[in-house]
Amino acid sequence: MNKEQRHLNVTAIENGTVIDHIPANNVFKVLRILNLENNKNQVLFGDNLDSQKYGKKGLVKVSNTFFEGNEINKIALVAPTATFIEIKNFEVVTKKQVEVPDQIKSIVKCFNPNCITNVENVPSRFTVVDKEQMKLLCHYCEKITGKNNIVFR
Amino acid sequence: MKDKNLVSITDFNKEQYLKILEIAADFEKNPNQKLLNDHVVASLFFEPSTRTRLSFETAANRLGARVIGFSDSGSTSVKKGESLKDTIIMVSGYADIIVMRHPREGAARWASEVSSVPVINAGDGANQHPTQCLLDMYSIMQTQGTLDNLNIAFVGDLKYGRTVHSLVQAMCNFNATFHFVSPEELKLPSASKMHIKNNKLSYYQYTELSDVIPIVDIIYMTRIQKERFSDPLDYEKVKNSYVLDRAMLQNCKANMKILHPLPRVNEISEDVDETPQAFYFKQAENGVYVRQALLAAIAGVK
Repeated sequence: MNKEQRHLNVTAIENGTVIDHIPANNVFKVLRILNLENNKNQVLFGDNLDSQKYGKKGLVKVSNTFFEGNEINKIALVAPTATFIEIKNFEVVTKKQVEVPDQIKSIVKCFNPNCITNVENVPSRFTVVDKEQMKLLCHYCEKITGKNNIVFR
Repeated sequence: MKDKNLVSITDFNKEQYLKILEIAADFEKNPNQKLLNDHVVASLFFEPSTRTRLSFETAANRLGARVIGFSDSGSTSVKKGESLKDTIIMVSGYADIIVMRHPREGAARWASEVSSVPVINAGDGANQHPTQCLLDMYSIMQTQGTLDNLNIAFVGDLKYGRTVHSLVQAMCNFNATFHFVSPEELKLPSASKMHIKNNKLSYYQYTELSDVIPIVDIIYMTRIQKERFSDPLDYEKVKNSYVLDRAMLQNCKANMKILHPLPRVNEISEDVDETPQAFYFKQAENGVYVRQALLAAIAGVK
């Protein structure tokens, strides 16, 4: 097999969103946070792809699906470098950069095992008190969940 | 403050602290004021706490309110698996104000979000205990005549002591200078230190209790609990280093007072009880006036 034949073709999409520059190995988390596990459209994804900027990266392509600002920012915790590229008729329409939101609801588990959100059926809620270090202040138990303790619900 | 929740000490601002303390002073002069005759106060203690519960219930009774509730979740439908949300929604249909103590951190905040009546947090796990903080402030005010510009020492378990964290936060509003005395293992967490720095105030850390006695206006003692140490030997090393006795008070300032959230074990020797510096029993009594003030303010009658 020559080099050309081994090249993996990821088809271009006609309408939809390309999520580029996802940190390598975080693609599955992105799919889960954006609920793409249950999306009925064509979803293509790749991990550990070569990236000029980051060395390795993840990529997601999803047809006929577009994301609002709030949804985009949900993945800030796992993919702060990601770009959302909207495609219409095979053309790039907009590019949106992920921004770390001020509040994070439901998606992250509080790391304090004695927090009420881990004991009763309470949606978690955090204020991002440090956007660079990713420190999340729990609205309920008032403890800080740090970058290294972030687990998704 | 009518219909306001008190879950965390930061739910109130400086003016509101001062207002509660002012009303509390009025109740201290005249404790039996039947202002809440037509009120039902629910006292929900999902874990036992003798002093806090009796203090709240005394406060409600002195105001003429009727009290319903329980002192231990063992005898309630929580045992049958009822969620906190359901219990609170049900009780908020019965009572006008809910006072609650719960072993889980954040329980009172969650309750305040599902309740249709105001919720007062009487302690949620290791998180907040705002009425203790208010009664500590009231006691400081009473002994010093002011809350402003004081030197306050906190002694013992500064890592896990929730009363310490709340009081540090609250006193940051009054230009305090903080002196922290603790073993290495139980130093104040960085979040509390950050709070002090953000308010551009100063703090000093010590491992020797005798270093702070001559310079402070208030000594806030706390209990060092054995279970906080991973190595029992570490506990044995420090357990007697943070004990205050009468002889140590010789060179203290004339206005200095000793506070303690109680229960005390051995960290204040009993020979201190008779000194003019001892204030911890009066401090516990003050809890009733402060809780009366809070119930009256939230009910909208003061």
